[in-house]
Amino acid sequence: MINTDTELQAEASIQWILACKEEDVPENGGACINYKGEQIAIFNFTRRKEWYATQNLCPHKQQMALARGMIGSAGESCEPKVACPFHKKTFSLLSGECTSGEDYTIKTYPVKLSAGQVFIGIQ
Amino acid sequence: MTTTKPAVVIIGNGMVSYKFCEKLIAKTSNFEIIVFGEESRPAYDRVHLSEYFNGKSAEDLSMSPLTWYAENGIHLHLNDPVKEINREEKTVHTLKGINQHYDYLILATGSSAFVPDIPGIEKQGVFVYRTIEDLDLILAYAANAKEAAVIGGGLLGLEAAKALIDLGIKEPHVIEFAPRLMPRQIDQAGSKMLQMKLNELGLKIHLNKSTSRIGGEDKIDALHFADDTQIPVDMLIISAGIRPRDELAQLSGLKIGTRGGVVVNDYMQTSDESIFAIGECALHEGMIYGLVAPGYEMADVAVNTLCNSEKSFSGYDMSTKLKLIGIDVASFGDPFIAEPDCRSIVMDDSHKGVYKRINISNDGKHLLGGILVGDATSYNMLLQTVKNHIILPPNPEDLILGSRGESTNEGSGAMSLPDDALICSCESVSKGAILHAVKEDHITTLDGIKKCTKAGTCCGGCVPMVKDLIAGSLKESGIYVKNVICEHFNYSRQELLDVIKINNVKIYDEALDHFGKGDGCETCKPVVASILSSLWNDVIVKQGTTQDSNDRYLANIQKGGTYSVVPRIPGGEITPDKLIILGQIAKKYALYTKITGGQRIDMFGAHVNDLPDIWEELIDAGFESGHAYGKALRTVKSCVGSTWCRFGLHDSVSFAIEIEERYRGIRAPHKIKGGVSGCVRECAEAQSKDFGIIATEKGWNLYICGNGGSKPQHAQLLASDIDKETCIKYIDRFLMFYIKTADPLTRTATWLNKMEGGLPYLKNVILNDSIEICGQLESEMQGLVDSFHCEWKEVVNNPELRKRFVHFVNAPEKKDPTVEFDSFRTQIKAKDWL
Ligand code: SRM
Ligand SMILES: Cc1cc2nc3c(=O)[nH]c(=O)nc-3n(C[C@H](O)[C@H](O)[C@H](O)COP(=O)(O)OP(=O)(O)OC[C@H]3O[C@@H](n4cnc5c(N)ncnc54)[C@H](O)[C@@H]3O)c2cc1C
Ligand code: SF4
Ligand code: FES
Repeated sequence: MINTDTELQAEASIQWILACKEEDVPENGGACINYKGEQIAIFNFTRRKEWYATQNLCPHKQQMALARGMIGSAGESCEPKVACPFHKKTFSLLSGECTSGEDYTIKTYPVKLSAGQVFIGIQ
Repeated sequence: MTTTKPAVVIIGNGMVSYKFCEKLIAKTSNFEIIVFGEESRPAYDRVHLSEYFNGKSAEDLSMSPLTWYAENGIHLHLNDPVKEINREEKTVHTLKGINQHYDYLILATGSSAFVPDIPGIEKQGVFVYRTIEDLDLILAYAANAKEAAVIGGGLLGLEAAKALIDLGIKEPHVIEFAPRLMPRQIDQAGSKMLQMKLNELGLKIHLNKSTSRIGGEDKIDALHFADDTQIPVDMLIISAGIRPRDELAQLSGLKIGTRGGVVVNDYMQTSDESIFAIGECALHEGMIYGLVAPGYEMADVAVNTLCNSEKSFSGYDMSTKLKLIGIDVASFGDPFIAEPDCRSIVMDDSHKGVYKRINISNDGKHLLGGILVGDATSYNMLLQTVKNHIILPPNPEDLILGSRGESTNEGSGAMSLPDDALICSCESVSKGAILHAVKEDHITTLDGIKKCTKAGTCCGGCVPMVKDLIAGSLKESGIYVKNVICEHFNYSRQELLDVIKINNVKIYDEALDHFGKGDGCETCKPVVASILSSLWNDVIVKQGTTQDSNDRYLANIQKGGTYSVVPRIPGGEITPDKLIILGQIAKKYALYTKITGGQRIDMFGAHVNDLPDIWEELIDAGFESGHAYGKALRTVKSCVGSTWCRFGLHDSVSFAIEIEERYRGIRAPHKIKGGVSGCVRECAEAQSKDFGIIATEKGWNLYICGNGGSKPQHAQLLASDIDKETCIKYIDRFLMFYIKTADPLTRTATWLNKMEGGLPYLKNVILNDSIEICGQLESEMQGLVDSFHCEWKEVVNNPELRKRFVHFVNAPEKKDPTVEFDSFRTQIKAKDWL
């Protein structure tokens, strides 16, 4: 999610790292970045004007693939989600929980934009 | 435990114990419930135990998680078998030292595998097949076993033998004492047919064999038989029957049958009226029921007795269907009753591998029972006919031969049953209950019905009938049933295609804004993307993120995250020069190469970063995309035909190339495949394709709607002895009609199977233009043919598009470091899943 500046100050423990340029992430899709050996998937949910970031690893079969998955929403509340391209397990982009009935949770990261650059908050 | 509620103590936490708990808490909260289980995990689905070998985990098999027991106030003690029952004091004592008072005691101890007293049976490598622990042991041992056998050719033994094949044992032996397989279910002729089919699967069947000794030092190394023959095996599974677990009952002086089992009356009470026995340990009227459905019925009777409502157990139907092994075998009602007590109609077709027998009352009015081997599609309907004493039609042989007139409608079959017909016997759900759920509670999905009535949740055998009943009753209420795409689009694919076309919609978001809601998902995005391609044939990577991942990267994702590269090789014809180039490219990029089942060459293990470079080289050498990643035309398989083959009537290769080049790149609801054979010998297997062409003396025969895959189906003749031009015209019409009207991910065979009016209707549309759209279909197809472009060429020549083929957008040069390969027969293979 995009955070407002006041929220940002409250989260002082978060370190913001420069991930990529906005244009690097395709509209309504994802891309992966490498941060000190960690693979992070960034999603440009253009339709909702929202950005999300999660781990790139799909916990189902340990595949580095979530950035290549399709994003969308589920249910009345329009919970944003990503579907792994391998076996279509889906994960909430908000909570990281698996929304297709299994007991997985993936890491999520806050995202912030500034001057065409994408920043990710690392604890 | 101080409580004012009477205590119900249950010994055993198997399937029937679980069902008893479920039924008891549904009816009343007046009891304190305490369960002791010997196994370490809560009750699991033993019926589907073998699926543990196919990837189901112990959790998947679990009936309910531990939390369920806690939430419902049930005290569950696992890993703690009851060792003694004190009937005087009304207490049970467990291994771990718990003393528990009971007011009512339920024995649900099930049974154990019967192990015959064969010398050497204690040797290492001999197993039974009953619990998850047993399977873990088998799994570990099988890794080092080469030859294995199963003693027992019954339902369970065959299931175990199939499991051995799945574990990688080649040609396991099945040893049966009786002169036939599944002696409790099928007759000699049925057994013969079954044996033939099992041989094809790779099982070695030995009938009339009595095992005299198990050879080997500590470990089994051979089976010795009474007829002085022997076979070498290093692993054995015993599946020779079950033995009720009545040891506790016996110790406490309850009445036991002469051949085992706790004797119960019609209310499931043992000789002590506060002690009940249910499930496989209970002996009712001299019968032990080794199936789950009667166990559930017993649980229901016991619950009713505890709650003072009148319900009794009066025996149970033993009809069964063999599952898992991939061969249909079923028996129902009284399979063995013979003349003069009845009239039997037998169909024995060894060519097709189908044996069917039905036993009919002498007055010809009722079905008494029967046996089905090789094709059990009519099992549910026949079972219902027996159970509900349905009056037979004048030609009862139609029941097994199928009516030979116009196509029959299975849905109306289920709808014609009486309301009290038991549809799901595991959960005892009647037809009336299902119709009620549909009509009164407006539940119209299978999942909904499962939730609300529990029908179809156990063995799953009734699911097709439940579906028919949902569809049938909706139709009866005049409700039009449509397959909507997903929660975001309340349209069928055909409707959506029409509105997208009429409104000239070109991109996904526009479709969602005007005709959908929410933000879309992985179901509707590829469907809309495919519709857009079928209509406008634009460059698909331009809308990459609405495509499934394979379409987004124009390649199929493989285990580990690399991709495969499949250039088109039309008709399977390729020059030596092109072969050399493929070899050079594969070598350069370190790819694994394999000839596919579709007559072309697949190169695996390409990093996403390398894809554009690989394709650039391929395109320079004259190759183009093979669309292996898309729901599109795959290959048109050819046989060599008249250019070389001494039987060839026409040039099948040239025709195949022409057709593959005509339809390449066209997007469809699912993939499409073709084949062209040069004569009736059919070496191109054209009759297993979506469209198949076979040369005749006078021209070509055109077949449509064949399918390989998991449910193979032969293609059907559309037109015979036609010339090439007519053939292409018909395929144009056929494919375009399919593209416009099929549901998502529906192959042509399924599309035809679901089509109202079936093949006669389709023929009428394509050959006689009965709905006057052929002109339109042809011109739309020509439009697609004319706008063909190689998708990879667009990417290779477009730096912006090329940029998307990276793993890390912040380090475009870097490949995914987690990708690993193993070496494999001098090539590479993907690292196994963790
Ligand atoms: C490569 C190949 C196996 C091989 O090494 O030979 C193959 C590989 C796959 N097949 Fe196949 N099929 C291959 C020939 C076949 C054939 C044989 C044929 O075409 O003559 C069949 C049966 C014929 C038919 O389709 O009717 C076949 C029936 C399937 C099916 C079942 C389709 C059905 O109607 O039930 C699937 C699953 C699906 O599509 O949903 C499937 C799915 C797949 C997928 C796409 C599974 C996946 O999602 O990863 C595999 C892609 C691997 C890859 O990346 O290339 N594959 N597959 C063959 C490629 C042929 C080609 O040159 O394009
Ligand atoms: C591989 C396999 C395939 C099968 N396939 C089918 C099928 O297709 N269709 C079908 O209808 N049936 C099938 N069955 C049979 C079906 O699983 C049984 O009918 C059903 O499980 C019986 O349930 P139950 O609760 O009576 O016994 P069980 O499920 O055996 O449960 C009894 C439990 O009691 C425990 N126990 C015993 N003694 C004590 C004690 N003293 N204290 C505490 N706990 C104790 C046992 O450890 C066990 O966990 C199959 C069985 C197997 C093994
Ligand atoms: S049959 Fe097809 S889908 Fe199955 S493993 Fe082989 S290639 Fe993959
Ligand atoms: S690896 Fe992601 S769903 Fe299986």
